[in-house]
Amino acid sequence: MLTERRLNILVLALLLAVPLWAWIANEPFTITLATRAVIFAIAGVGLNLALGTGGLVSLGHAAFFGIGGYAMGILASHAQAYTAIFEWPVMLEGTKSMPIIWLVAILASALAALAIGALSLRTSGVYFIMITLAFGQMFYYFMISWPAYGGEDGLSIYVRNGFPGLNTLDPIQFFGLTFVILLLVLGLVTRLRASAFGLALGAARQNEARLRAVGIDPYRLYLLAFTLSGAITGLSGALFADLNRFVSPTMFSWHTSGEIIVFIILGGVGRLMGPVIGAALYVMLEHLLGGVSDYWQIYFGAILLAVVLFARGGLIGLLVGREVAHD
Amino acid sequence: MTEAPVLSLREISKRFGAVVASDKVSLDLRPGEIHALIGPNGAGKSTLIAQIAGTLRSDAGAVIFEGRDVTGLDAVARARAGLGRTFQISSLAMEYTVLQNALLGAAGQAGAAFSLLRPVMKNRILIEAAEAALEAVGLAEFRALRTDELSHGQRRQLEVAIALTLRPRAFLMDEPMAGLGMEGSRAMTEFLDRLRQRAPILLVEHDMDAVFRLADRVSVLVYGKIIATGPAGEIRTDPAVRRAYLGEEDA
Repeated sequence: MLTERRLNILVLALLLAVPLWAWIANEPFTITLATRAVIFAIAGVGLNLALGTGGLVSLGHAAFFGIGGYAMGILASHAQAYTAIFEWPVMLEGTKSMPIIWLVAILASALAALAIGALSLRTSGVYFIMITLAFGQMFYYFMISWPAYGGEDGLSIYVRNGFPGLNTLDPIQFFGLTFVILLLVLGLVTRLRASAFGLALGAARQNEARLRAVGIDPYRLYLLAFTLSGAITGLSGALFADLNRFVSPTMFSWHTSGEIIVFIILGGVGRLMGPVIGAALYVMLEHLLGGVSDYWQIYFGAILLAVVLFARGGLIGLLVGREVAHD
Repeated sequence: MTEAPVLSLREISKRFGAVVASDKVSLDLRPGEIHALIGPNGAGKSTLIAQIAGTLRSDAGAVIFEGRDVTGLDAVARARAGLGRTFQISSLAMEYTVLQNALLGAAGQAGAAFSLLRPVMKNRILIEAAEAALEAVGLAEFRALRTDELSHGQRRQLEVAIALTLRPRAFLMDEPMAGLGMEGSRAMTEFLDRLRQRAPILLVEHDMDAVFRLADRVSVLVYGKIIATGPAGEIRTDPAVRRAYLGEEDA
């Protein structure tokens, strides 16, 4: 029988097998597609913590994706131009080291999520959606009008950043790196969901009054969930920028926020692997349908509509039914 | 009675526009007692419970809990302080199992909600607290059931079980018998009878048999005002109460 656990393992195995096959068959483009799917999956897993588990429909996660992207862009562009980011009060130079870039991306996006969350979480429902959208768009227009880092044109990074011991320009090695990060993020989120925090966060989505009556403040739970969620999405933004060796304000646009939500809805809201399945499917369809027509999103829209109408638990819901409470 | 009350309401009021939902209500809950709050529909009983629990802010007056003024505290802080409430309309996490709902209370009581990495289902202390509470209300065998599969009466029991996990020093119970049926009602009555030794109970209840069997004292709320407070026996025969609430029929 297909249980959720087996499905999860199957999906991860496929996600690993396809680029490995492509590597053997010498199809680097397929490896790049798989890497793209993995990076999108990380972004989705991040958002799913807030949206799926906590019920916080954020239409502003592009902000964190973009902050992660620009963390990479700014650090790497200074490093490749041999200029300091600033010299006062202390000399701060750019870097081409992935671990440092990731750390900066995580911290910067967590900080932004903390600030945006602290304000947005005072509202709920449709107002929360709108205020997160507004914050996301603020970043978008700011990045377009800020000339220092390419403005509307974005920033190109000539050589992919480095990771100790790996040749990151080799597609399969870079894929492996992102895949390991996806596994680590999935592991972290699994732990979070199984903890008392996860239990309380899920309860907050279902019934805030119940949570207050047991002496737990939903606001603080939401804020922590939103911050962690933003940090994970920020990390994926840094990886995405490194994949393309390019960042632009598009990463901040609300289309990006919408896409991340689409991964979650396609795969299954609140399910651990929902965004992974959704992102893989999205990248696959983007490639296949994109070959058929420039207007591939019309067909994609129809597929999304079918999922929403006929498989309300997303593809995971369709395949294995609703979530079984672990006891 | 020389013992200091656990919970005191001092002239608390609440109005919604022109409607006065509670009008300078004063009331004491003493150690070890069940204090029943009765009154006709719309008398303001649930409003009063909400004011005590902190989900509704009073317009005036003070709530004193264990000698401390908690009027300025919100519902979360009052729950942390030791006020355990049950809701009139079951307020549960319906997608969770029965055990998970009870665990939520145990986690809240232990202040564990920000324990991020430790699996809650493997936390012995919390699981035992949750299971003991389910056992106490007779829901132990349904622990693995999804809460939305419970009957109405079982949901009432789960409400009480969650309140138990909080180990409160006063219970606020809003109609715990509602929808329980004869058998369930009797079991719950016996249960509350024993529970008062753990912590006093402010009990809002429509089931008059249960009220007069359980209550040490009864307060009668009519149009937001307490018209009488006293031992159950006296209230039963109080002419004003009979007129306002119990009607002509023999109680």
